[in-house]
Amino acid sequence: MIEVKNLSKHYGDKKAVDNISFKADDGEILGFLGPNGAGKSTTMNILTGYISATSGKALINGIDILENPIKAKRELGYLPELPPLYMDMTVKEYLNFVYDLKKCKLPRNSHLKDICGLVKIDHVYKRVIKNLSKGYKQRVGLAQALIGNPKVLILDEPTVGLDPKQIIEIRTLIKKLGKNRTVILSSHILSEVQAVCDKIVVINEGKVVADDTEDNLSRRLVNEHLLTARIDGPSDTVEGIIKGIKGVVKVEVGNEREKGVYEYRIEAKEGTDIRRELFNRLAQRNMPILDLRTSELSLEDIFLKLTMGEAIPALTADASDS
Amino acid sequence: MGAIFRREVSSYFISPIGYIFLAGFYCCTGVIFSQNSLQYGSTKLDRVFADLILVLIVLIPILTMKTISEEKKQKTDQCLLTSPVSLGGIVAGKFFASFLIYTLGVAITFVYAVVVSAYAKPDWNVIVGNIAGLLLLGAAYIAVGIFCSSLTENQIVAAVISFFAMVLLYLLSTVGNLIPIDAVGKVLDKLCFWNRYYDFTLGLFDMSNVLFFVSAAVAFLFLTVRVLEKRRWS
Ligand SMILES: Nc1ncnc2c1ncn2[C@@H]1O[C@H](COP(=O)(O)OP(=O)(O)OP(=O)(O)O)[C@@H](O)[C@H]1O
Ligand SMILES: [Mg+2]
Repeated sequence: MIEVKNLSKHYGDKKAVDNISFKADDGEILGFLGPNGAGKSTTMNILTGYISATSGKALINGIDILENPIKAKRELGYLPELPPLYMDMTVKEYLNFVYDLKKCKLPRNSHLKDICGLVKIDHVYKRVIKNLSKGYKQRVGLAQALIGNPKVLILDEPTVGLDPKQIIEIRTLIKKLGKNRTVILSSHILSEVQAVCDKIVVINEGKVVADDTEDNLSRRLVNEHLLTARIDGPSDTVEGIIKGIKGVVKVEVGNEREKGVYEYRIEAKEGTDIRRELFNRLAQRNMPILDLRTSELSLEDIFLKLTMGEAIPALTADASDS
Repeated sequence: MGAIFRREVSSYFISPIGYIFLAGFYCCTGVIFSQNSLQYGSTKLDRVFADLILVLIVLIPILTMKTISEEKKQKTDQCLLTSPVSLGGIVAGKFFASFLIYTLGVAITFVYAVVVSAYAKPDWNVIVGNIAGLLLLGAAYIAVGIFCSSLTENQIVAAVISFFAMVLLYLLSTVGNLIPIDAVGKVLDKLCFWNRYYDFTLGLFDMSNVLFFVSAAVAFLFLTVRVLEKRRWS
């Protein structure tokens, strides 16, 4: 369990973290979402006792990290933003070092072997860390955090630098680990957090802007009234048809994406779903819809939406960062 | 602490620093030994030991420059500081590792004593006292070096600061003579590393000098812990 109460961290005048509170229970995976410079890493560094908060409290399984650091750190596994690797050691030497450092009591060889299997670094076990690729360094960093089977895992952007296949594997692994542990992971990718986490805390400029379960948050963030469509047909005719649908507020015609196929950005009244009607009408006129999606929100849109209750439409949906 | 100690010792031999230190130490002491003792056919090693302080001032900064600065730079301190080890344990682990390498260097002086004993019977009590003095002086200087390493992220800067700090501690009584205030001069005289060490080279085994070096080492290690602690709050 992790509990954060009114945590603040000031660097001079700059408030990197500004009075944030949240809680994650056992068996829960909490996603920490925010843009660059939001204060995610700073919060995690405070939680793990690397830096001290200016004010406020952080409890790891009920133990205050400031008052009883050694005991609290025993419960922790931490993967910082940059994996803290000694470049001159081999993976084997490094993991054994961390094993000793954490005063781990589990049977050494089988435990390390299990972990290497989980993050798939068996075949680089004897290699010098300096010579590993970025993705493998990240995996060794993750392995290091798992040593000693800590009850609380804090992972700062764990999938950065991994290939797509590995990203999926690591997400699955995190989900599995989260069943009987508390996991906090940070990310600036909404879809990643949605895929893995039970609970999402969104922060921006050091402040919590949303703290909710994934379902509720997604519901608040869906916007089926904002659509991007690619439709085969002359653009002015199509525009006319769309405008004729009840509830449509605005239609913008975008670029010609393929020959005779234009992209349209459609805004309907909030709460109305025009997708079925759109399909029917265009089907009658034999103008096929080649692509239709609700506009994905970029992180900036989310913050605007969460803080101002409104999304700012962006014409090209593929500009989202997921 | 044990884990950090073992890692540090092995890192001295993965990187060239351990070898550079030992080779430098053996080479300098060898030259000093042959100049002072062998050429004059003297069995007295006091001159050798007296000159060794200059070797330490040059070589110990190399031994200690990386200890803390490099951890900060490579962010590996995040691994150490978030594991269940106290700051004191971390600093102590590093200190003892450097001290072990240093001891391997000092061991050569015993060989010189044996060489000398082939010609005539040396005064073993004096020699043991000399070696003990050298170890104590080294311990204090290593602590100074580790402290300086905690002040910066750049190991070269750390080495340069350590060098000047060590020179200053060596010359404290000279500095004291330049200061017209009598009391200050006396205090600096007492704190001067050279004055304290010089007694050892003469074969005087004074308990207060032993305590002085031990407390100097402890004091600088404590300051290092304070620097690390303060950094968390900044
Ligand atoms: N040591 C420091 N001194 C001064 N300011 C700092 C320091 N560390 C972080 N900051 C500031 O605190 C803010 C939060 O930084 P933090 O690293 O926590 O962001 P983040 O959410 O992890 O961003 P990213 O997604 O880029 O990793 C930033 O504006 C940063 O400039
Ligand atoms: Mg970060």
